[in-house]
Amino acid sequence: MSTVAAISTAQGQGGIGIIRISGKDSFTIADKIFKSVSKKKVQDIPGYTALFGYVYKDKEIIDEAVVLKFAAPKSFTGENVVEISCHGGLYVTKEVLSAVISAGAEPAGPGEFTKRAYLNGKMDLTEAESVMDIISAKSKSAARAALYVKEGVLYKKSQEIKELLLDKAAHLSAWADYPEEDIPEISYSSISDAINTSIETLEKLLSTYNAGQVIKEGIDTVIVGRPNAGKSTLMNLLAGREKSIVTSIAGTTRDVVEDTVLVGNVLLNLSDTAGIRETDNEIEKIGVKKTFERIHSCGLVIALFDCSQKLNKEDMALIDEIKNIPSVAVINKTDLKNRLDSDYIEKNIKNVVYISAKNQHNIDELKEIIEKITGTEDFDPSAGVIANERQRDAVSKALSSLYEAKNAMELGMTMDAITVSFQETIDFLLELTGESAGEEIVDKVFHNFCVGK
Amino acid sequence: MGYNAGNFDVAVIGAGHAGIEAGLASARLGCNTIIFTINNDAVGNCPCNPSIGGTAKGHLVREIDALGGEMGRTADECFLQMRMLNRGKGPAVHSLRAQIDRRKYADTMKHKLELQENLILRQAEITDIKCDENGDWFLTTRMDAVFRAKAVIVATGTYLGGKIFVGETSYESGPDGIFPSKFLGESLRKLGLKTRRFKTGTPARVLKSSIDFSDLEVQEGDVPPIPFSYDTDDLGDNKVVCHISWTNEKTKKIILDNIHRSPLYAGKIEGVGPRYCPSIEDKIVRFENKERHQLFIEPCGLDTEEMYLQGMSSSLPEEVQTEFYHSIKGLENVVIMRPAYAIEYDCVDPLQMDSTLEFRNFKGLYGAGQFNGSSGYEEAGAQGLIAGINAALKVQGKEPFILDRASSYIGTLIDDLVTKGCNDPYRMMTSRSEYRLILRQDNADVRLTPLGRKIGLISDERWEKYLKKQELKSEEYKRIKSTVFAPTEKLNKILVSRETSEVTTGVRMIDLLKRPQINYECLKEIDTERPNLDSNIFEQVEIEIKYEGYIQKQLEQVEKMRKLEKKRLPKNVDYNKITGLRLEAQEKLNKVCPENIGQASRISGVSPADISVLLIWLSQNK
Repeated sequence: MSTVAAISTAQGQGGIGIIRISGKDSFTIADKIFKSVSKKKVQDIPGYTALFGYVYKDKEIIDEAVVLKFAAPKSFTGENVVEISCHGGLYVTKEVLSAVISAGAEPAGPGEFTKRAYLNGKMDLTEAESVMDIISAKSKSAARAALYVKEGVLYKKSQEIKELLLDKAAHLSAWADYPEEDIPEISYSSISDAINTSIETLEKLLSTYNAGQVIKEGIDTVIVGRPNAGKSTLMNLLAGREKSIVTSIAGTTRDVVEDTVLVGNVLLNLSDTAGIRETDNEIEKIGVKKTFERIHSCGLVIALFDCSQKLNKEDMALIDEIKNIPSVAVINKTDLKNRLDSDYIEKNIKNVVYISAKNQHNIDELKEIIEKITGTEDFDPSAGVIANERQRDAVSKALSSLYEAKNAMELGMTMDAITVSFQETIDFLLELTGESAGEEIVDKVFHNFCVGK
Repeated sequence: MGYNAGNFDVAVIGAGHAGIEAGLASARLGCNTIIFTINNDAVGNCPCNPSIGGTAKGHLVREIDALGGEMGRTADECFLQMRMLNRGKGPAVHSLRAQIDRRKYADTMKHKLELQENLILRQAEITDIKCDENGDWFLTTRMDAVFRAKAVIVATGTYLGGKIFVGETSYESGPDGIFPSKFLGESLRKLGLKTRRFKTGTPARVLKSSIDFSDLEVQEGDVPPIPFSYDTDDLGDNKVVCHISWTNEKTKKIILDNIHRSPLYAGKIEGVGPRYCPSIEDKIVRFENKERHQLFIEPCGLDTEEMYLQGMSSSLPEEVQTEFYHSIKGLENVVIMRPAYAIEYDCVDPLQMDSTLEFRNFKGLYGAGQFNGSSGYEEAGAQGLIAGINAALKVQGKEPFILDRASSYIGTLIDDLVTKGCNDPYRMMTSRSEYRLILRQDNADVRLTPLGRKIGLISDERWEKYLKKQELKSEEYKRIKSTVFAPTEKLNKILVSRETSEVTTGVRMIDLLKRPQINYECLKEIDTERPNLDSNIFEQVEIEIKYEGYIQKQLEQVEKMRKLEKKRLPKNVDYNKITGLRLEAQEKLNKVCPENIGQASRISGVSPADISVLLIWLSQNK
């Protein structure tokens, strides 16, 4: 089995963060990124001992850390394990993980450590049952994550490249499998153009990745809700100053207003939006459209509901729109008489909090919930770019297959060698978007080309 | 109840390309074997194109031969023209194709069956199939003879419930006017097999003297022609040429004007046709913007004037066929000898089978060829061979013989069928093999002959020949490693002419061959110590050097895949009872019943997380 790594403490919390590496190359990988003060190497010290030193990424120090060594089979997973304890917080732990993965580890899958522990005889049968449940639960939440990623730039870009490469791969395949049919000529230059375009796009995508960007750049957060549900008040409350025009006339906020606030450990890029309602006012219509666009391009949605009003058609539409993306439902105006069907909201949205923005009641609870959501490992801080190590891993593997294809072309290798790298790239892109590889190329051949006896 | 007509180890229903390989393999492994055919004169018939091999199919023929099967040898014996397709596109996609003498091929195969020890060829229509509580199978013929066998291989091709369509006319029939198998399908369904209808088609055969060849492009064979079989030393010369013509606007108009008379477009055919083998009307409708379609005119044999019109299969009425054939250059006055037709037949969903091609729920019952949902002589032969070997091994109480995806196109074909299933007749393609840089037609012997020897299908003589070849190959490898060329003017002239950089110091021959631009042929002049070896040895050595990096990478992928294949899943698992599996995965796993984790991972709808769950469940149930 390969050597895998993951952050094994809850993310986004303070204190200590632990990055765990497990597998036969754990020690050599640790030595690549960690230099101890005593100049000792991880691979040379005995099990159950620790080293103090610094974690490096690209020759720069990321953090001070303590490294603990567990030699197989005396470890949690039964394999060689290294635990790197560094300063907690999303930024540092993700940077350390990123360094570990660059040094040769693969990102651990859902429940991977527990699975390995079980497979290596470190657990009994009843424990194993719960492991399976964990894996299945995690893969379900990963599937949900994949769903909303479909709206993002990453999905669209990788889809574009996949289509481009699929077209070429199908053409090459038809050309190889039907040599005597009059398949249109495929030129070397069109293949190399496709490779170069794909490389360029993937390189750009890869450069958007930064393990610490959540902390550095913040999470795009949108506040939505019916007109006059209190969006602007809430925003001003979180931001701590007046920004949008706050009146009690419904529909006063027409533009998307931006502000940046620090909620606990995380930075939120707040956008206030026009309220969602059916309207004949042209300007307002644009505002509503903008709001829906925002919902799908942001990382977090704060949906505001008015406690004193019954749920209407627009509220229902909003609930439906956000139930599969990271969101928190905020039920405002608890100071007024309750007419809201809050059961319906609780049934559809996982995180619900009751506040009174006017009286500043329960605002801390709201902040805690936001921290909780953004701190989980399934949280994708922005649907637009590469957000986690698994995505980065898939993109860089796709890239290296493309470079192989490019290299083969430049060397003047035959097309069969190139098609193999093409197919590999497509497989990695499918992995990235969570689709299963299948007969894609073969299907495309018959769709695009008139071949056969 | 009928009379007892005899007891056999293995019975094969059908003597087409699948049945022949199945029967021969079983008999050669020492099993008392009988092959049934509706007409002894239809053994090894080629009701479609008069050719064997082609892209990916040529790989299958080489592999059948490397394992000790018959198709390659017989194709060599009956070849009319040989072509290595895809030269210049890379060794992975090189594929051999033979035009063959169709009648001679059938007669040669029939004779081989007759001469084979332990094998009886019997003309009879099987009408009923039953199994008793001991697992013995009973086959009843139309004449009420009852044959008992320990294993049965169904290889019924297009005969099972066969129905021919030409325009508004349709009737129950097998190909070439031979009657269909009318009762066996119902008997198989009664047994509990799920069947479905597939369809295929073939173009017209026309009279050679009615064709005007004067303006047609000629397609010659390779010089020298290369054989399929590792047994064949010298093929002799090509005996025929083929011709190429094109359809035109007029052809298109005739077909579109009459499209409502096609049984397919009129909705009379329920069977699913192959996507890769569309009729000319299909091509014209689906690819509306294409101005013309290519066709090949191929001779059917040396002792016949019938010519085959490849690319022009159709199920339009005879008079429409005549009209559109006449619109084509060279065919203006062509005389049809057999019209084109579509044929619909019963086949099974191969997901009901294991990799041995045995039905999971019917022990001792095997299927091969079109009956399993595939298409093509070569695909049929490959499955026949594997079903025959496994039926024999089973009767003899031995371990089954399974080829995995990394071993061969045969293994890929069978794995695709039993793991992914097929929704239209399955054709082999090079793009279906992820390991195609190592599964080449040139090295089929290295990959499979040792396995064929182990089973017992490779003769001592053939084995000696194989070992000798490997020895010569490794000597040649050593030689080119130690051969160093000085940086002479002569060498640099060659390098420049091949558009690759000159050398200033001595260079090893092996390093020169690594360059994509350099091959054995162009170094001939300076490689004075070169031994006189079989060209296949040079071919293999050169490919292995040139593609070393790619081959190495694929071998690593193979190793990973094989690890998963070794984790066997028990039979009769109810996947609904495994907690943690997603619903879709449970359904798919129950349907396919994969034999191991590797296979499970290739089922669409089974995610990596489901595989983790299966792995844990497996170790829990050890």
